[in-house]
Amino acid sequence: MSALSLAFHRLASLPYFYSLAGKLLPWAGGLSIVLFGVGLYMGLVLAPTDYEQGDSYRIIYVHVPAAWMSMLVYVVLAISGAIALVWRLKLAEVVARASAPIGASYTFLALATGSIWGKPMWGTWWIWDARLTSELILLFLYLGYMALQSAIDDRRTAARAGAVLALVGVVNLPIIHYSVEWWSTLHQGPTVSKFDSPSIHLSMLIPLLLMALAFKIHFVTAILARIRPEILVREQRTQWVERLISQRQS
Amino acid sequence: MTEFLNMGGYGLYVWPAYLIVAIVLILNLVVPLRRHRRLLSKMSRHNNLNGPHAP
Amino acid sequence: MTPLRRQRFILVGLLVLGVSVALGLALLALRENINLFFSPTQVMAGEAPQQANFRLGGMVVEGSVQRPDADLSVEFVLTDTVEQVTVTYKGFLPDLFREGQGIVAQGMLNSNGIFEANQVLAKHDENYMPPEVADALKKAKEMGLK
Repeated sequence: MSALSLAFHRLASLPYFYSLAGKLLPWAGGLSIVLFGVGLYMGLVLAPTDYEQGDSYRIIYVHVPAAWMSMLVYVVLAISGAIALVWRLKLAEVVARASAPIGASYTFLALATGSIWGKPMWGTWWIWDARLTSELILLFLYLGYMALQSAIDDRRTAARAGAVLALVGVVNLPIIHYSVEWWSTLHQGPTVSKFDSPSIHLSMLIPLLLMALAFKIHFVTAILARIRPEILVREQRTQWVERLISQRQS
Repeated sequence: MTEFLNMGGYGLYVWPAYLIVAIVLILNLVVPLRRHRRLLSKMSRHNNLNGPHAP
Repeated sequence: MTPLRRQRFILVGLLVLGVSVALGLALLALRENINLFFSPTQVMAGEAPQQANFRLGGMVVEGSVQRPDADLSVEFVLTDTVEQVTVTYKGFLPDLFREGQGIVAQGMLNSNGIFEANQVLAKHDENYMPPEVADALKKAKEMGLK
């Protein structure tokens, strides 16, 4: 075995990852707090008012990162699901199961903040256009995945069943992204992923990217925090967990 | 400060949006951390009931 | 990759591919139903429903907004730069409603070909910038036109 695959196998072992997650957790948490602090200050205080939407546009600093994360976490869910299906790697099963509720919460935030933004600007809380509907379907995919996980007692079986569901739902991701181009919608077209300028002024873009990074590190923190109890439950009858518990007692 | 809170007349939309985000993001961390702590103490108690294990 | 894993890998690929193709075909067939609104061109071509509610989207023509009475009723012209449809509406307009703005109105065509809206929603564009920059851009554009 090469050094690289040896390192990979060590990383993928649950006892090792459990203690690694414990060590990384405070650092990731601290970093995300700092990023949120800077991002919020720049977005809410330093960034200028928008020419068209006034200060209501500042919802963008939570809405867009949440919407991006709702899709990114789904990619994590689907890829770890696929790895769990093909290679039966336990860590991949744990990552998939832990990412789903976090992804669902980001999706909920994207929908809720979008709704709050839509009321003053569009004039409605909700409309069944392609963008909003496909994002709502994403929430249902997450919820379906979570329901499936809790319905199946055996975690290894649940991981495989969930992975199939997650992979079926992958087709929704390009639909969400391109919905505003393929169909006429109330939601406007893409701002940041567009190549011609000017779509967003630099003084507004920098806080947005900072907030997006803060959300990413928040996801890392949240998934590490979820992975630890998940590993303990799975491995509760193993020697290393019993050793861990008795070490805690002494 | 009141001007800041007013958000150009959109304060009633901007601040609730940020509040919901803050609540959900914090819950995302607090819930699993508490679950982990409870799990550990539950497993310790369980261990005690079953008697000490051989090293 | 062991043969078993390769087989599973191919199955996963086929699953994603199969679902994509099936849904892609379904969405292609339903394309018109997923569009949120009809354009003035489609309305003029008679593609929009008659005597039924539908949504009409377009840009408010500059200088076309009229308020004939002292109440909340308003009349304006929507365009997709090709055709034009006159819209009447009575009620509160969203903050972003203004001339030159993209909007989506829900309502029905009357016998005179006027769209009687019961809801007007504003679309905003994907550009975000401070007012000074917007002004500067506008001026630069006007200079360019002259």
